[in-house]
Amino acid sequence: MTQTTLPPTEKTQPVSAPRGSISDRSRAERKLGWLLAGPAFVVMLLVTAYPIVQAVYYSLFNYRLTDPDNRSFEGLGNYWVILTDGVWWQAILVTVIITVVTVAVELVLGFALALVMAKALSSIRPVVRAAILIPYAVITVVSAFAWQFAFRIDTGFVNSWFAWLPGVSDTTDWFGGQASSLFVICLAEIWKTTPFISLLLLAGLAQVPDVLQEAAKVDGATWWQRMWRVTIPNMKAAIMVALLFRTLDAFRIFDSIFIMTAGANNTESVSFLAYRQTISRVEIGLGSAVSVLLFLSVVLIAFLFIKGFKVDLAQARGER
Amino acid sequence: MLGSAAAAAVVASTLAACGGGEGGSTPTLTWYINPDSGGQATIAERCSEQSNGAYRIEVAQLPRDSPAQREQLIRRLAANDESIDLMSLDVVFPPEFAQAGFLAPVPEDVAQEVSEGVFEGALDSATWNDELVAVPFWSNTQLLWYRKSVADAAGLDMSQPVTWDQLIEAAEGQDKLLSAQGRRSESLMVWFNALLESAGGQYIVESGESPEDIEFGLATPEADRASEVMAAVANSSAVGAGFTTASEDTSASEFESDDAGFMVNWPFVYAQAQSKVEAGTLDASVPEDYGWALYPAVDEGTPSAPPLGGIDIAVSAFSRNVDLAYEAVTCIVQDDNQAEYMVTNGNPASSVAVYDDPEVQEAYPMADTIRESLELAASRPLTAYYSEVLGCFLREFHPPGSVNDQTGERTETLTRAVLSGEQLL
Repeated sequence: MTQTTLPPTEKTQPVSAPRGSISDRSRAERKLGWLLAGPAFVVMLLVTAYPIVQAVYYSLFNYRLTDPDNRSFEGLGNYWVILTDGVWWQAILVTVIITVVTVAVELVLGFALALVMAKALSSIRPVVRAAILIPYAVITVVSAFAWQFAFRIDTGFVNSWFAWLPGVSDTTDWFGGQASSLFVICLAEIWKTTPFISLLLLAGLAQVPDVLQEAAKVDGATWWQRMWRVTIPNMKAAIMVALLFRTLDAFRIFDSIFIMTAGANNTESVSFLAYRQTISRVEIGLGSAVSVLLFLSVVLIAFLFIKGFKVDLAQARGER
Repeated sequence: MLGSAAAAAVVASTLAACGGGEGGSTPTLTWYINPDSGGQATIAERCSEQSNGAYRIEVAQLPRDSPAQREQLIRRLAANDESIDLMSLDVVFPPEFAQAGFLAPVPEDVAQEVSEGVFEGALDSATWNDELVAVPFWSNTQLLWYRKSVADAAGLDMSQPVTWDQLIEAAEGQDKLLSAQGRRSESLMVWFNALLESAGGQYIVESGESPEDIEFGLATPEADRASEVMAAVANSSAVGAGFTTASEDTSASEFESDDAGFMVNWPFVYAQAQSKVEAGTLDASVPEDYGWALYPAVDEGTPSAPPLGGIDIAVSAFSRNVDLAYEAVTCIVQDDNQAEYMVTNGNPASSVAVYDDPEVQEAYPMADTIRESLELAASRPLTAYYSEVLGCFLREFHPPGSVNDQTGERTETLTRAVLSGEQLL
């Protein structure tokens, strides 16, 4: 989609407000905006900034919950332990694989579903939308159990249904190896969160002005050409926002792994590692350090998306 | 177990002690229980009644699996939660809770009373630094289950002690399953520890106060022999296809199938098969074919060292009614309560005398085998750092088929590094 040179975005932007220097009125509006959003902003700071700062503080200590008297200052020692440990990099690798695979597949599938929702006959449109959204409404733990039951060797039906596929037989133990476990985990994630991405893309599709489509049609563009040259370039912002949200989400994957493999066969994600240190081992210091590193990874991803791909969150909402 | 005169005296003294400030209202004790079939709630009700208004026990349910139970309790106790009075603790956890100062010391007289006639292993698991820190409530142990028809066909004399090698050979020869738990969870430790103890080794030889003082017994010939047996079972053609994910439930259902041969598992499998027969989902001939014996040994001539499980009852150090709570514990663990709990909920008693109860004998044809097994049972490593020890073990010993004579030593090195904070887990 980046190959397209047509059309320059300026031309296609829906014009909703005149540009120019800030008038008195818009200055007053801006002030009102701050007044309205201010309280929520303060609350957000309290409930997000405070725990983050506390986690950063704890991450500098050797602090075990069952042994608070022996708390000692470690400086950046915890970070050194984590970053020099193969377990951390293994978890990063698994997390990146899951993120890349699920987000890529979800983008393609989600786009297709968004097209279906957009083009469906208006009589069945509500039904189609509801049907597509159902997986997203299912609690992740429940969906993880459902997929686990389907693939398990004793309760599952997958082996007998797909025995005709090469590599699948009655005795295929899906959770017995890393690649096959990750396959099922990714499948469950894709099934569950594709609706989310398709919903965001549907909003993007709705933003593509009909006039452009009609003009392209008149010029004799095929369906494929219109898709690549008109539709997709015009919803680039929506695609990027969908990608950003899903990537941040996928990078923090925990539930599916916890239920399906409990981290067996090298399927631990970074969140799982943080859980193990903080909750199971009650090593608050080390666990906080893992959490802080996870947070930094997420910030880095968001930064790369916003700066690297020039994603403008405001634009995606049709504000400009 | 409890002399009625002594009970009356205790009740009177605590009533007098509490009478002042409470204004006559009945103090409520909250008992955090592991999920069961309602047996603990029944006992709580009965003891509340028997206390004649001295206390009322309310139960609160913990998550289903024991690590999750520990996670919840430990976080609450670390925050000095006063709402916990009694808790049902899996036998591997008392050392950690005691070391952290989360358990109220057991009064001398209570300790003496509840230790009488209790299995040695069960008492060990409730003891830390030579002091009783919790009260054994029920004790579990794994038996060797076999299909009589398969054992007969293989010509295996089950009245004599059998070894793992014999079982592998018999199962492979008859083309039947040998079911054990190869899943990455507590059950793998249960299995390995039983192998190690049977080989004459110990997972933790000396448990010290601080992690540096712990002396492991993993870089030993005994541990190597245990690893060898584990790998031999896991790599034999007698285990089911999904062995690396097989849990106790997987084993139980394998043992109900036509391919069933041998299995190591807790006694719940018998009650489960019976209830399936009652529900009509299992043919009555299946449980009739069930035989049981002591847990297999590692080598001929080595003793069987069956796994030990179960629940201890502990009293929180932050409880506002420690005396009443201990009074309640002595009521809960009475022999008749244990006997009824065993019959109705399928959890074997920790008191030896219960096994002579006619009702228990009737409900459990294998009661004598369970008693014998509990007398031999060896507890899992007792340490305040159990979850680290378990985590390191699982990282190296799973999948069980890849275990070799280096695995023990690697696990020891890893555990040391993790405990001294040099490595992640």
